[in-house]
Amino acid sequence: MRGGWAILLGSVAGIAAQPVMAQSGEMSVPATVAAGSAFSIETTGSGQGTLYIAGLGQVIRKDVELGKTAWFAAGSLYNAGRYVVILAANGNSETGTLDTGALDVVPQNNPADLSFLAKPSRLPIGLHDGITGAVYVFDAYKNLITAPTPVAFALSGPSGASQTRTVTTKDGAAWTAMDSTAKQGTDKFQARDGEIASTRVIGQVPGDPCGLTMIAKADGDKVSLATDPVRDCSGNAVPDGTIVTFTETYGNAQSTVDVPLKRDIASVEMPAHNGATISVASGVILGNQIRWGK
Amino acid sequence: MTRFKAILMVCALAGSTACVTPGLAAQATVKVEPASVNGPRPLAEQTAQAAIRDYLESWQSLSAALNENRADLLNADFVGDARDKLAQAIRDQSQMAVTTHYQDRSHDVQIIFYSPEGLSIELTDTVDYDVEVLDHDKHIGTRHMHARYLVVLTPSELRWRVRVLQAEAS
Repeated sequence: MRGGWAILLGSVAGIAAQPVMAQSGEMSVPATVAAGSAFSIETTGSGQGTLYIAGLGQVIRKDVELGKTAWFAAGSLYNAGRYVVILAANGNSETGTLDTGALDVVPQNNPADLSFLAKPSRLPIGLHDGITGAVYVFDAYKNLITAPTPVAFALSGPSGASQTRTVTTKDGAAWTAMDSTAKQGTDKFQARDGEIASTRVIGQVPGDPCGLTMIAKADGDKVSLATDPVRDCSGNAVPDGTIVTFTETYGNAQSTVDVPLKRDIASVEMPAHNGATISVASGVILGNQIRWGK
Repeated sequence: MTRFKAILMVCALAGSTACVTPGLAAQATVKVEPASVNGPRPLAEQTAQAAIRDYLESWQSLSAALNENRADLLNADFVGDARDKLAQAIRDQSQMAVTTHYQDRSHDVQIIFYSPEGLSIELTDTVDYDVEVLDHDKHIGTRHMHARYLVVLTPSELRWRVRVLQAEAS
């Protein structure tokens, strides 16, 4: 910092030395300012000057009277970050800088917005840590709140049962992983910090078929095949449209029919060959096998 | 090839995390700390390198945009609030015929969070840089700055883009 008036004695060839008064001034910059708060910068010296406050979110220029306090109203500076502050004398060029400093605009402590990233939007039931969510916490000016703050995650299913977990943010972020529940349906995945909440909808669909079983009935020269209602291992109906494959092997011949589930059941007619072997499967799940005839 | 791609390649080839850019004095030195990731998702080295490369390149964009008062130069590297805030600074500058010149001198980068769904990466960067302020093209002053930035990147079609760029209080 520099203070007072400096007297520069300069001489130019052929001109007698003359005293030149160089304008000077200092400023006192607050180390930190809460986003959106009023603040002031004190200056010393006399005459007119200009304050420049420049950062990656805002730039302010303010004419000031040196020796007085420059006031900045609430809401003047609200984007968090580090700002360079330069006090310049009016009317000078390269030598116009009187003082420089830096100030930090810090986020407000009150959360106003959550950026909630959740995945997936749809998944099978009963998956351990199958649902994940990450949250970034922001203040009213969209500044990332870096001070640790607790975020409550809750996953609630159609039955009302819920998993809850509270995680404290680190560097503005918090995350969690939760299990998908045993019941199909629509779950709500919520992150909350104080009064601020953000919700994502997670669709939970049945898992793979479990215990696939078919029965066979004679129908003239055909055999009529139908599965029992197809359920997953938690008893949820497997969605209609899921493909069930019937395979009939007779001698060296094999015929395969893919049938979509309709109202939980897949059914088909196949030729009735004595001694034929008929099997049923869906995806990687193999059901029972029937030997037709003898 | 951009200078930061070259830097990261030099890092990789040297098997070192600390790199100094050779040649031009205006180029920044870059040190990449081993990732210290908070989160369950494994961070592939290629992903980490791409995110850091794209982030470092964003400093060139912001420097050019603030130097020329052109918000469009931000589009490739910034998105969301980070872009909005930089664009506001450019609007402020334009209204006053002020420009700022940012010259980064060194970066010390570390990835600290990879969100479990893979949609964001958070890193810290301790940056040394100079800021020059010009008013109607007249030099007003320059100050050296040292700050730890928190950066959140999100993936876009081609690259990681900066969504949050915020210096912490010292």
